[in-house]
Amino acid sequence: MREFWALVRRDLVLARRQGSAATSVAVFFILTVTLFPLGVGPESALLGRIASGVIWVAALLATMLSLDRLYQGDYEDGSLDLIALSPLPLELVSLAKTLAHWLTTGLLLVLLSPLLGVLMQLEGSAYLTLVAAMALGTPSLSLFGSIGAALTVGMKRGGVLVSLLVIPLFIPVLIFGVGAVGAAADGLSQRPHLLILGAIFMFSLVLSPVASAAALRLNLE
Amino acid sequence: MANMHRFANPARFTRISNALLPWLTGATVAFFGIGLYLGLFVSPPDYQQGDSVRIMYVHVPAATLASGVYAVMAIASAIALIWRHPLADIAAKSSAPIGAVFTLIALVTGALWGQPTWGTWWVWDARLTSVLIMLFLYLGYMGLWEAFDDDRRAAKAAAILALVGAVNLPIIKFSVEWWNTLHQPASIIRADGPTIHPDLLIPLALMWGGFLCFFAVVLIIRMQREIVARRIHALQTLYVASDGHAVA
Amino acid sequence: MNTSQTPKHDAFVADRLTCIRGQRLVFTDLSFTIAPGCATVLRGPNGSGKSSLLRLVAGLLKPATGRMTWAGADVAADREFHRRQVRYVGHQDAVKPTLTVDENLRHWAAIYGESRPTKAAVRDALSTQDLTGLADLPARLLSAGQRRRLNLVRLVFSPGHLWLLDEPTVSLDAESVTRLETSLREHLDRKGSALIATHVGLTIGPHDTVELSPARQLDEYDA
Repeated sequence: MREFWALVRRDLVLARRQGSAATSVAVFFILTVTLFPLGVGPESALLGRIASGVIWVAALLATMLSLDRLYQGDYEDGSLDLIALSPLPLELVSLAKTLAHWLTTGLLLVLLSPLLGVLMQLEGSAYLTLVAAMALGTPSLSLFGSIGAALTVGMKRGGVLVSLLVIPLFIPVLIFGVGAVGAAADGLSQRPHLLILGAIFMFSLVLSPVASAAALRLNLE
Repeated sequence: MANMHRFANPARFTRISNALLPWLTGATVAFFGIGLYLGLFVSPPDYQQGDSVRIMYVHVPAATLASGVYAVMAIASAIALIWRHPLADIAAKSSAPIGAVFTLIALVTGALWGQPTWGTWWVWDARLTSVLIMLFLYLGYMGLWEAFDDDRRAAKAAAILALVGAVNLPIIKFSVEWWNTLHQPASIIRADGPTIHPDLLIPLALMWGGFLCFFAVVLIIRMQREIVARRIHALQTLYVASDGHAVA
Repeated sequence: MNTSQTPKHDAFVADRLTCIRGQRLVFTDLSFTIAPGCATVLRGPNGSGKSSLLRLVAGLLKPATGRMTWAGADVAADREFHRRQVRYVGHQDAVKPTLTVDENLRHWAAIYGESRPTKAAVRDALSTQDLTGLADLPARLLSAGQRRRLNLVRLVFSPGHLWLLDEPTVSLDAESVTRLETSLREHLDRKGSALIATHVGLTIGPHDTVELSPARQLDEYDA
């Protein structure tokens, strides 16, 4: 287990030193959401209705764009070979790197979401649910994203393909994430949605390390 | 060598499938011919929808087979991953474009049917949405095969994707159903229309058979072509590896 | 410089290994033994599969047939044990430019399960390749030769048992090659072993040789 946390710590240090990665995710998130009031007009009622959808889609896109950071860097300089040869099983390697990825991407999105709720005139009763749903949903996004990133690591034109691979996996998270916030905004119960988000998270926690490790093994041959 | 069976199978497959091909082609023509004749001319128009109900004879088989081909692809992928049967990944790779085309036909004919019948080209119900996602999965699957230079790695990566997608599709269908019950409680668009009258059942079954045989024919042709292509590639690799000196 | 596991003094045996990459049969029916304290050199023309063999022994590539054992125990039965034994040096150097030389080394030690090394231990390891002076500099300042030397220091720091070296002397000057030879000799003296692919003369002392010849290329789709 010591090796697991060592890997998480290493990825966090690298992310901090390489600087721009986390800030660009945050900036992209905010900018994208900002485009919508500019595009559809400032009318509060309209913005409020589309708020949760817009915020979630922006979170999805931000996550997707940050995925190549997950394995590409280590693949290119030969570090991935050495990590794969460490005592840690590849499934745990993928989990460790995904955890570090979430801490530098998803967590940021969770913390920024209330601010974006304000920009999108989100209904007051929904803020707490927004943060909770994002906290439950963004880990799944990182986990599902890891599968796409692992399948395409080392590909020269892998970027667009990753989106195609990963978006179908994101869709249930999107639907129930928006569902939760929408329910809260309408004064209905958000519990079933949050529970399902939790279930999806559990599912991704099992699927992602297995599928990612298989894909990584493949690409390291 | 432990893998000797790998070398016998592609040739045996080619022999058997060549024998089957004329029969399957004949069956396809017969099914489509009779089915279309009965469907387009003989069977009665629907009392509500009029003649536009006839699109159903193309739409319904295409839609069910689109999912059916995905299931074939997923099972073939599982066999390829677990038992490493060499024909399995060829079968999966060859089915994908056929499934994608069936899905596209289903979506387009669905839109063409929807417009005169319900006044809209598209609606985000659970079935249509998951069929659309399935199209993207097919495209992603085909894209993954193209993205790798090494066929073996492409096969395994694509197999992983096919299996992940197979689990994902029901989840998406369920998610969109849930979402729809919240947003459109009154929406009751049923793509198979009213209860199927026996007069409609026979042409429908014939069209279904036609699509199935068509899939089999095209699958066999594509698989044979893939086997030959791989042989050519292997010979090329041999030639290049020897700096151009080797003779096959 | 302490390992979390005492090196096992067992022979590594490769039994009838076959390697297929893409559509190509790289080598077939390869068998050899590496006893503790022994070095084995891989010889063969370009494309004969030296790199593939090293990756296969490391575990990054699976053999099409054949097996590998440690004192009779199959590698496939306990892959984690095998990973604890081997140390691989490939063509790339796995040096992170934003970390310092010291940090690069510490992170590898941690990922390989070594207990947290003292500052003195790190300096000692770096001195085997004369990199002590660069310890606190960011690795992006290093030249290609210096990065290779840092990669080799990783071996000294966490020696494992079986070193798998793929052209280790690339971009090294004569002094660094000598230093590598010293580290290698010390490793062998401690009953470690090594499998090395090298073109440049690396003075290793008495060693075994494995010849790789370009195998018959197998056409899988012969009827």
